[in-house]
Parts: sequence; structure tokens; C-alpha cells
Amino acid sequence: MKNVKVLGSGCKRCEATADLVRAEAKRLGIEIDLEKVTDYAAIAGYGIASTPGLVIDGKVVHAGGLPRAEDVATWLAA
Amino acid sequence: MSVEASPSPNAARSPVLWVGAALAAVVLWFALYWRLEDFSAWVAGKLHLPAGSHVEEAARFFVFDTPKVLMLLTLVVFAMGVVRSFFSPERTRALLAGRREGFGNVAAATLGVFTPFCSCSAVPLFVGFVSAGVPLGVTFSFLISAPMVNEVALGLLLALVGWKVALVYLVFGMTIAIVSGWIIGRLHLEGWLEEWVRNARAGEAVVVPDHLTVIDRIEAGLEAMRDIVGRVWLWIIVGIGVGAFIHGYAPTELLASIMGKGAWWSVPAVVAIGIPIYSNAAGIIPVVEALLSKGAALGTTLAFMMSVIALSFPEMVILRKVMTTRLIAVFVGVVAAGILAVGYLFNFLFS
Repeated sequence: MKNVKVLGSGCKRCEATADLVRAEAKRLGIEIDLEKVTDYAAIAGYGIASTPGLVIDGKVVHAGGLPRAEDVATWLAA
Repeated sequence: MSVEASPSPNAARSPVLWVGAALAAVVLWFALYWRLEDFSAWVAGKLHLPAGSHVEEAARFFVFDTPKVLMLLTLVVFAMGVVRSFFSPERTRALLAGRREGFGNVAAATLGVFTPFCSCSAVPLFVGFVSAGVPLGVTFSFLISAPMVNEVALGLLLALVGWKVALVYLVFGMTIAIVSGWIIGRLHLEGWLEEWVRNARAGEAVVVPDHLTVIDRIEAGLEAMRDIVGRVWLWIIVGIGVGAFIHGYAPTELLASIMGKGAWWSVPAVVAIGIPIYSNAAGIIPVVEALLSKGAALGTTLAFMMSVIALSFPEMVILRKVMTTRLIAVFVGVVAAGILAVGYLFNFLFS
């Protein structure tokens, strides 16, 4: 079970990122626990300055803009 | 990430092919642009409007400007998308954290021109900067320069109005960002931030390492093109429509008397009108073009444009989440004063 956090305050791209992660996890058969972090102070606490951000098992792997599907697959499989 | 994207055996991911295709597309763009006036003239000829009439003037402006502005926008946005793939807000922040004011303001204003920014990302950016120890005044220099000195506006001004006006806009936009940020820094207004922002502490600053290839950068350009052109084309059509109306119908004497150099009160008046208005930078340029052609003074017109682009009511509503109304008032006041100064200075210099 991987813990995935999508950082962002409900912008369109943040939703799209969450959907992308769910789709990739399903495709790869990886179980995930997806959580949305919308609180700005908490987001800043992860050390990023642009959203959406992506945190997998406590590690920031992405910040700013929609990540690419191939990259998401690589992060989930790592 | 040390994890390399698995090398694709597919020839479609060959960097040579991508760079070649991108260059070919740019050459094709210039070939088309070169012939664009002929095409527009042909379309204008088909309209059969009475020569010299108001409606003919307006229609010509619209027919000539629409394809021109859309083509220019596409190229500029693509180029900036590629350039911007070298800059990210996280990297900019790492460059600015702990900088002294003064030099920090200059660096912030410069980076503001290149770093991806939209008002929807203003809050996480602002909190991310301040919580990581970027001084408040330096953060403001960035926050003012990022929307105000806009590469789309710069590219369109360059092509439609001329390099002198574009240069003036760049230099003065950055000057306002630097000076305003410096002043806000001197005033030590950290106490006027919302309390949670003051208390927010950034975790160890993350610079997500990228492993972008040439292909990724070209794709970033294409993505920017799709995204931005898709979002702003309507603004542009509306802007050209307004420009066409001014060009065809606004009586030159009247406009010159209102926005000309003689009217000292016109600079504060246009700034007051421009602040609450929000228009995309790309939409305002055709209006600027039409105003200048009708005898409006350069300083007054630039002041109008900058106040529309740099300050808007929706942005203030967004910023209210992180700062008190008093601090927003200072921010608006300082920037507006800077724009006023630029307006007067230019009317004076170019008279």
C-alpha cells in the first residue's frame, strides 16, 4: 500500500493529477491510499512553491503542472 | 529523480527528429506570416464595404489584426514554454532565499519575467516564498513583475507597435517591480500578513530535480501553446473587437483631447479605470495599438495597459487569503504610484 498525497487547493490541474494517479495505479495493479492536501500552510510545509505537488510515501516527487503518465508510473513502481 | 525514463526504442522519440520538426514548423510559421498581409487584404477586399467609412476602417483593423495576433501569440507562447522549462518556482525560490534586499529585488523582478506564473498559483507561491525565508519585499518584487512584465504582452507589443515601446514597457515594468518591492520591504510590514502565513514554516526546500530532455522541452512548449492559446483566444478576439471599434469610430480629436499629452488628469483617470478591470495581457494589446494610432499619448496608454495587467480585483480577492486588507492597500498604492510616475514621465519624454 502506497501513501500518495496530492498537494493543491482544488484547482483543475490538482483534480486531473489525482485522477491520473488513480488511473495509473489501477493499470499497474498497485494499491494506493490517496489523500488530498488542500491547506496552504501544510502545502508549504512540504517545501514546494507551485501546485499541484505529488508526495509518494513521504517523498516529494513532483511540483507544478500536470505530471506525465509515464513518470507517475515510474514513481508508483519505485 | 535518479530514475531514468526507460529509453524508448521508438524512433518517434529521436531528439534529432523533434528538433528538426520544430525548426521546420518555425520556418513554415515565418513563411505564412510573411504572406499574411496579402491574405488579409484579399479578405478585406471581399467584404465590399464603402471605402473610407467607419465600418470599413473597423473591419480592416479586425481582419488584419486577428490572424496576425493569433499567429504571433502562438509563436511567443511556444518559445516561452520552452524557455520556461528551464525555470521553476522552486528553483527561483532557492536562488532568492536569504538574499539581501536590493540585489534580491532586482533578481526577483528578473526571474519574475521568466518563471511560470498565473494568478491561480499566486497563493501557494507567495506562502512558499515567504515561509522559506525569502524577504517580504523581495517576494513582492517577484509578485509584481511576474504578471506585469508579461512575455505575451512583450512579444505582441514588439510585433504590433514597435521595439521602442516594447523596450520601454520591459524596463519600466521591471523598475516598478524592483522599486515597489524595495519600498514594501523597507516598510517592514511582515506583521500585516495573515497570522498563519507568518507561522508557516517551509519544510526542507525541495527542488524537484528534473531530467528534461530536448524533447521534453519542446513538449513543454507545445503544452504551453495548447493551454494558453486555448485559454486566451477569446480575450484576444474581444480585445481586437474593442480595438477595431476605437480605430473605426472613436473621433481622433476627442480621443486626443482625452488621452493626449495635454490632459494632465488623464493619467490618474486611466489608472483608476484600469485597476479593477481584468483583462488578459494579450487582449489589451490590440486596444493599445488602436489608442496609439488615434493620437493617445504613449505614457497615458502604457499606464492604462500596466494597470489593467498588473492589478486586478480578482487577484486582490485571492491575495486576501494571505495578507490583511491594509497590506493589499499598500501593495496597490505603491504599484499604482509607480504606474502613474511612468505615465507622466513618458508623456514628458515623448512630447
